Amino acid sequence: MSLRDNPLGELKVPLTWAAAIALIVAVVAATAILLSDRRETFKAEAYGATRRASDTVLAPVGDVLATPSRWAGAAVDAVRDYFGAASENHELKAELKEMRQWRDVAIALKDENARYRTLLGLKTDPPIPMVAARIVTDSRGPFSDTRLANAGRERGVKVGNPVMSENGLVGRVIGVTDGASRVLLLTDIASRMPIMIVRTNARAILTGDGGPNPRLDYLRGRDPIREGDRLLTSGDGGVVPRGLPVGTAVRGLDGRWRAVLASDRAPIDFVRILLFEDFTQVANLKALNEPSVPPPTGGPGTTPVRAESAEPSKAASGAKAPSPGSPASSSPASSSAASGPTALAKPGPSSSAATKTSSEKAAADKKADAKATSAAPEGATKPKVKPKPPAMAAPN
Amino acid sequence: MSGARPLEPWRWLGVPMVQAIVATIAFGIPLRAFSLQLPEPIFPMVLAFAWAVIRPSILAPFAILVMGLFLDFFWGGPLGLWALCLLIGYGGALAGRSMMAGQSWIILCVWYALVTATAMVAGYLFVMLDTRSTPGVVAMAWQFLATIILYPFAQRLIDLFEDADVRFR
Repeated sequence: MSLRDNPLGELKVPLTWAAAIALIVAVVAATAILLSDRRETFKAEAYGATRRASDTVLAPVGDVLATPSRWAGAAVDAVRDYFGAASENHELKAELKEMRQWRDVAIALKDENARYRTLLGLKTDPPIPMVAARIVTDSRGPFSDTRLANAGRERGVKVGNPVMSENGLVGRVIGVTDGASRVLLLTDIASRMPIMIVRTNARAILTGDGGPNPRLDYLRGRDPIREGDRLLTSGDGGVVPRGLPVGTAVRGLDGRWRAVLASDRAPIDFVRILLFEDFTQVANLKALNEPSVPPPTGGPGTTPVRAESAEPSKAASGAKAPSPGSPASSSPASSSAASGPTALAKPGPSSSAATKTSSEKAAADKKADAKATSAAPEGATKPKVKPKPPAMAAPN
Repeated sequence: MSGARPLEPWRWLGVPMVQAIVATIAFGIPLRAFSLQLPEPIFPMVLAFAWAVIRPSILAPFAILVMGLFLDFFWGGPLGLWALCLLIGYGGALAGRSMMAGQSWIILCVWYALVTATAMVAGYLFVMLDTRSTPGVVAMAWQFLATIILYPFAQRLIDLFEDADVRFR
């Protein structure tokens, strides 16, 4: 029977077209969702209520499902410990012998370091509070490497907090909800972490690419890195504290420098979330972003110059100064912007001199000029309104 | 007219969708033994291919959209990424449906691999544009391999429902 003779054949075309239209609508919806996604900003508000809700649901589900695997892992470890106890004992004894030597060196260095800090008056790093959490779900694809930890907002976890395993840095928190937090691993393609090479103090950016060994980008300097160099967080940018262990350097098959992550030595089941607040969280961003008044420049009113050269500018500013009742004087910012640095001078001898008219100045004799010369710099070098210093982050 | 009876959506869309979601969650368990982790295949890709081969449908694209969004939520990736990639794969399979109908399982398997590769290359490009960085090809290759070995499940689904609606034989 040909297609034309088949009475049901005619039904094919409308349904196929309807299916194609449905596909187009779904593609448009997916594209719109993808374009509106702001995951890359890693801001708390960008994470979105939907993601928070899904994490809240997924965390307990993953926790329940992961329980048998944890038990199985513990059983395997117990068996391995039982049979490998003798060889492990030998290894640990050798390691302990080596570590004792390092302990003596560390004590001496710690004492020396403390003395230097006292001498230099450096602020010591405050202890960073931590929260222990368990990893309940895991994603390892090339486009996303994240994990869900079962500690969230109720325990003080915030977006940006670094996450560590017992071996080294794992990543950082990108989303928090009640009872769960989403951890972006160092291997995720969106992850960027400033690190330093311990041997040379050179800096690099650890860039995830979805594989197990993230790249070391932006390496600078001559011979900054060698195979096996230890990598620590540099603390640059204030996102993570300085000195967290990251891993060791290795040259990849593609010839690029990569990192063998320290956290990969063991399964990442329990993690510590460092309640470290980065610079952007601690600093008063409003004050930082406020346009500050430019510092006094080397003009006539700010440097101890001869009175002859200082007088014309004073006269000019005095002539342009708005009256107290004028709208321009109602706002300090507008006032300072209108009259410039001279208006910031402390009212005193120099300020009063600034209000003198040019005719008065012409009448003044040489002796008065000499007095003005000695008074003007004193007042001008003490600005009345200092730009507010930006709030600094707590030392790391 | 019993042969023209349309498929009940819950049978060929609902149940496999739930199975794919459960399998994804099960493979998301942080299990690691002897330094090896579980692979992470894209289970919904099986459905995106099989549904397109079984018959054109209005509901299927939206079911794929939902599954893609679930993957994005579960894996913590950019929202909409996997939804779009799966829909591209589904569209590719749907476009070649008339050519593939009645072919042997080997040809269908190759077609499935091509559809999976298309979806993953699309994902590669989208992620590259999104993060301005290139994802690791090796990691992508592993996920591709883990996904294409799921073809028997797609074949099983096709065998179950291919002849269920005579209008699309």
